[in-house]
Amino acid sequence: MNIRAMAAALAATVTLPLGAAFATDLEVTHWWTSGGEAAAVGELAKAFNATGNKWVDGAIAGSGSTARPIMISRITGGDPMGATQFNHGRQAEELVQEGLMRDLTAVAEKGKWKDVIKPASLLDSCTIDGKIYCAPINIHSWQWLWLSNEAFKKAGVDVPKNWNDLVAAAPALKKAGIQPLALGGQAWQANGLFDTLTISLGGKELYEKVYVKKDAEAAGGPDMAKIFAAAAQARDMAKGSNVQDWNQATNMVLTGKAGGQIMGDWAQGEFQIAGKKAGTDYTCLPGLGLNEYLTTGGDAFYFPLLKDEEKSKAQDILAAAIVDPKTQVAFNLKKGSLPIRSDVDLAAANDCMKKGLEILGKGNIIKSVDQLVSADTQKQKEDLMSEFFANASITPEAAQKRFADLIGSAD
Amino acid sequence: MAAHAPTGRPNQLFRNLNAKIASIPMMLVALVIFLGGTIWTVFYSFTNSRLLPRLNFVGLDQYERLWASSRWIISIQNLAIYGILSLIFSLVIGFMLAALMDQKIRFENTFRTIFLYPFALSFIVTGLVWQWMLNPEFGVQSVIRSLGWTSFAFDPLYNPDIVIYGILIAALWQGTGLVMCLMLAGLRGIDEDIWKAARVDGIPMWKTYLLIIIPMMRPVFITTLVIIASGIVKVYDLVVAQTSGGPGNASEVPAKYVYDYMFQAQNLGQGFAASTMMLLTVAIIVVPWAYLEFGGRKRG
Repeated sequence: MNIRAMAAALAATVTLPLGAAFATDLEVTHWWTSGGEAAAVGELAKAFNATGNKWVDGAIAGSGSTARPIMISRITGGDPMGATQFNHGRQAEELVQEGLMRDLTAVAEKGKWKDVIKPASLLDSCTIDGKIYCAPINIHSWQWLWLSNEAFKKAGVDVPKNWNDLVAAAPALKKAGIQPLALGGQAWQANGLFDTLTISLGGKELYEKVYVKKDAEAAGGPDMAKIFAAAAQARDMAKGSNVQDWNQATNMVLTGKAGGQIMGDWAQGEFQIAGKKAGTDYTCLPGLGLNEYLTTGGDAFYFPLLKDEEKSKAQDILAAAIVDPKTQVAFNLKKGSLPIRSDVDLAAANDCMKKGLEILGKGNIIKSVDQLVSADTQKQKEDLMSEFFANASITPEAAQKRFADLIGSAD
Repeated sequence: MAAHAPTGRPNQLFRNLNAKIASIPMMLVALVIFLGGTIWTVFYSFTNSRLLPRLNFVGLDQYERLWASSRWIISIQNLAIYGILSLIFSLVIGFMLAALMDQKIRFENTFRTIFLYPFALSFIVTGLVWQWMLNPEFGVQSVIRSLGWTSFAFDPLYNPDIVIYGILIAALWQGTGLVMCLMLAGLRGIDEDIWKAARVDGIPMWKTYLLIIIPMMRPVFITTLVIIASGIVKVYDLVVAQTSGGPGNASEVPAKYVYDYMFQAQNLGQGFAASTMMLLTVAIIVVPWAYLEFGGRKRG
């Protein structure tokens, strides 16, 4: 069938140079270091090594905000790696404009990326001036609420069906000595939680008004005020979770010490590795059980322009291998993320991933904030949110006023 | 091998030629890297450079945004609290320790080693160690609670109001040993006869220290002051290791603002503006002081 023909064509692009190629080392930098993430990277490395080249792992610990400056300094400083992870969106925009990245249009045409990559907005994020500069690898969405069934059993309440239920159950959880909401201390986590509340509680229209149109009036309006009120509730529920990293917070849910966590679908990998079962041990609610929209953020690989011809060839091979259906399945199952093409078979996917695929199939997708605003605006938002979530003396009204100013000057 | 001018007055340019040649590399480094880099930074702080430096001037926009940012204001306040307190405490504690050490006690070497040891650790290690010590579930609080005082609460790193003092504790633990050593060296440099004379005149010991010894140790105090002050302005790694600026923005410092905006937010202009402000603050404090201190002496 069509799929098979495509797979064969792709496999051919991967295997053809094999005869001529002798192993080329390619250093790949990324920030995938938690248990589930590392396992997924292993799959990617396996696929690349199978082409006769050698994957040199350049993992940088400490999340994207630590890793990105290192990657960017290496590229701008004249010591580029073979390939590097960035998030879908505008993080590498200026590097491409300066001509520091390799044009992958030829590889993309060969692999018919324009036809297979769904949703198309992923490839749009890679395209600058009609040329394609990155290979998307997965779709990650932020809008998930992870719940510990055990914690709710202990507290004697039903497992919530949506965010409002969780808010209602919070007093019972607190009484049973359980943290209602786990939230790590890093700024990006508070920021992501807030964006999730915006979409899931406020809906697509509000989200687009604020982040696409950058409408300061909407950002300061009554609809957004509701979101800030909900964020203040979340702040109360998260008070006392003294952890930093997201996976430590996920671990609180995993062990029943916390009722729930709002975190992207990468948290799925942690449950998977711990051998927990969706539905019986934990529950996942996409769109917080309210508005089932997912943002299509995620990761993509960029390939810095290299002088070495052998390495440049290896870069093309890696780019093709990333989009290859087989890699897509193996990688995304381990990572807990969704594949970037709809023509792959994810029979082995668990319930949560299937829920995600279904929403994706329905087309209920929105561009992520990373794709819509600059890194600068994101950072300012992070500053605001981390301050708001750590300091209970800031009123929602005061925070909203600052937020509206920020959106007004956003780019 | 001094190259003297053959006749007449010795040419000033060629006096101590060897020393001058030897200092050329350092002068080049100072001029090109320090001065050049500084000018470049200040220059580009007036542009709207993002990830890469670009010459697109926007006047004082970056500075306006900087001073409107609550995170920057918090950073400055934190630096002021941290700076003043760490200056006072490390000088007072350092001097007290040195004075006690100077009483011809037994095992002086051992004590000196113990007090100086923390200085051998980097700020990163210090920060991590104190992060654990001040963690309410593992550190000081849980130890004291396990001794029976169950209502004892001490968790500065998780309380936005006092987090900066948690950082101060770690900094003092690390830094006072060095201050003590410098002070001790200063005390040992005081002539024994001064002590004898003071004793003959019947001046009490504390008065001797306060009115005779400390004024005589002025050069040592100035050296120490410069060392402590430069450490204060650049404090960054300690905060990153201990709290990474948290909870929220409560323990942010200017150096971290510069880094975060230059590299994480990909906004060089904003980072440059912040670092220029740091330079300006230092200049405002240091220049008049240096003028009085060094300029005055030459004339007098």
